[in-house]
Amino acid sequence: MRAQFVLSEIGVGLRRNLTMTFAVIVSVALSLALFGASLVMSDQVSQMKGYWYDKVNVSIFLCNKSDADSDPNCAKGAVTSEQKDQIKADLSKMSVVDKVTYESQDEAYKHYKEQFGDSPLVSSLTPDQMQESYRIKLKDPQKYQVIATAFDGRAGVQSVQDQKGILDNLFELLNLMNRAALGVMTLMLVVALLLIVNTVRVSAFSRRRETGIMRLVGASGFYIQAPFIMEAAVAGLIGGGVACVFLVFGRYFTVDHGMALSGKLTLINFVGWDSVLTKLPLILAASVLMPSLAAFFALRKYLKV
Amino acid sequence: MIRFDNVSKVYPKQTRPALRDVSLEVEKGEFVFLVGSSGSGKSTFLRLILREERCSHGQVHVLGKDLARVSNWKVPQIRRQLGTVFQDFRLLPNKTVAENVAFAQEVIGKSRGETRKSVPQVLDLVGLGGKEDRMPGELSGGEQQRVAIARAFVNRPKLLICDEPTGNLDPQTSVGIMKLLDRINRTGTTVVMATHDQNIVDQMRKRVIELEKGRLVRDQVRGVYGYQH
Repeated sequence: MRAQFVLSEIGVGLRRNLTMTFAVIVSVALSLALFGASLVMSDQVSQMKGYWYDKVNVSIFLCNKSDADSDPNCAKGAVTSEQKDQIKADLSKMSVVDKVTYESQDEAYKHYKEQFGDSPLVSSLTPDQMQESYRIKLKDPQKYQVIATAFDGRAGVQSVQDQKGILDNLFELLNLMNRAALGVMTLMLVVALLLIVNTVRVSAFSRRRETGIMRLVGASGFYIQAPFIMEAAVAGLIGGGVACVFLVFGRYFTVDHGMALSGKLTLINFVGWDSVLTKLPLILAASVLMPSLAAFFALRKYLKV
Repeated sequence: MIRFDNVSKVYPKQTRPALRDVSLEVEKGEFVFLVGSSGSGKSTFLRLILREERCSHGQVHVLGKDLARVSNWKVPQIRRQLGTVFQDFRLLPNKTVAENVAFAQEVIGKSRGETRKSVPQVLDLVGLGGKEDRMPGELSGGEQQRVAIARAFVNRPKLLICDEPTGNLDPQTSVGIMKLLDRINRTGTTVVMATHDQNIVDQMRKRVIELEKGRLVRDQVRGVYGYQH
């Protein structure tokens, strides 16, 4: 096969259908940018859920030394080992409790570091500032109130938290956004693929004389189809490249500069650049593969080989 | 070279078969005229040889291969050994004469060196030496058909299929084309030519196969166009 011949055919084809090619590029770019964004967003959600979110329902935070000074619930001082034993014993007697895990200060520090990474919050923190806690999994997550009434205000207990209650609203919002992004993405993708099918049809029609002659002199099916498929692949790849640019700039302007959310929302540890960059090869691969497949199936219908 | 065994062809949604129980054989190096009125099955006959269609019954052998047993992706291999010429020339208007001929080699992956050697050769053979860089639109009908023949012949096919190659040409030009086809036939290439041109068939005195309503009604060595003329 002569590369130059195929390349010039592709160039001619793309230019002949310039408006259609442009439409393909834009729709591929938008759909894949949304696809990438939703992938990054779900990374973000799972990072924010932290270590305990999916594992427990209720956390009982125990008083530490610094709480003893600042928190009225801990006015009687840091939790003692008898109090801890008592809490543990009481918990194991409750029928709603499925499983209890004890988290020491060191463990708490470790999980905190995992969740917040290199945020400035971590560097100012030491393990003995962390709280010991009991992490409780309930047989029925709705029964949070039972634990709260039993342990709230007890000596040595700083607070009882419904782990999910705090974050659920936020995650629900993020998940909703994610689903909306995926929905729009799917629509754009369908538009993109239909555009490609139509482009291929127009392209095959305008080149039917060439392809007819190619068939007659015995060009292989692959040789006849390659220019059309490559055309779709090139347009798709350009769209994919644009999608990557969108994604990188999107992250740059919302998190790092522009809106600069990382400065304003210090409590959220945003996913790193690696989460964005690892999505780019995926986007590029999809941008080449999907249009090629669409073109391939369109050719089976519109180009007799 | 070509063998039809009891071949019938019925197109979908049609009750009358385009070919009915046709059996014949064409030997290597023969020159065969295929005559018959419009709708007699000439085009179907040629399309079966080119494997553009498959027959409904019987067997079609071309170059020793049973076409029914040739899988779709191997069809190009067979077509590379066939040349085809049509009434409407089917040249690419935006390519020069030489490029049109070279196209037939490019798309089957022949090397550039080979193309550079064989294109001028075949253009000389068809009498178009010196017109390599003309566009098809600048040529007369006869010259355009010569370009088409050059393209069909550049890959040195064993079999040349011509579908009314002189249909658009005046009698004098037609004679020139027939001389060219005769010359190609003398190099050992089998030629099968469908035609309506009575004068040509009568002059050439070659084998004549006549189809009528899909049936083979005459197969005559050194024949003429028809009895009644």
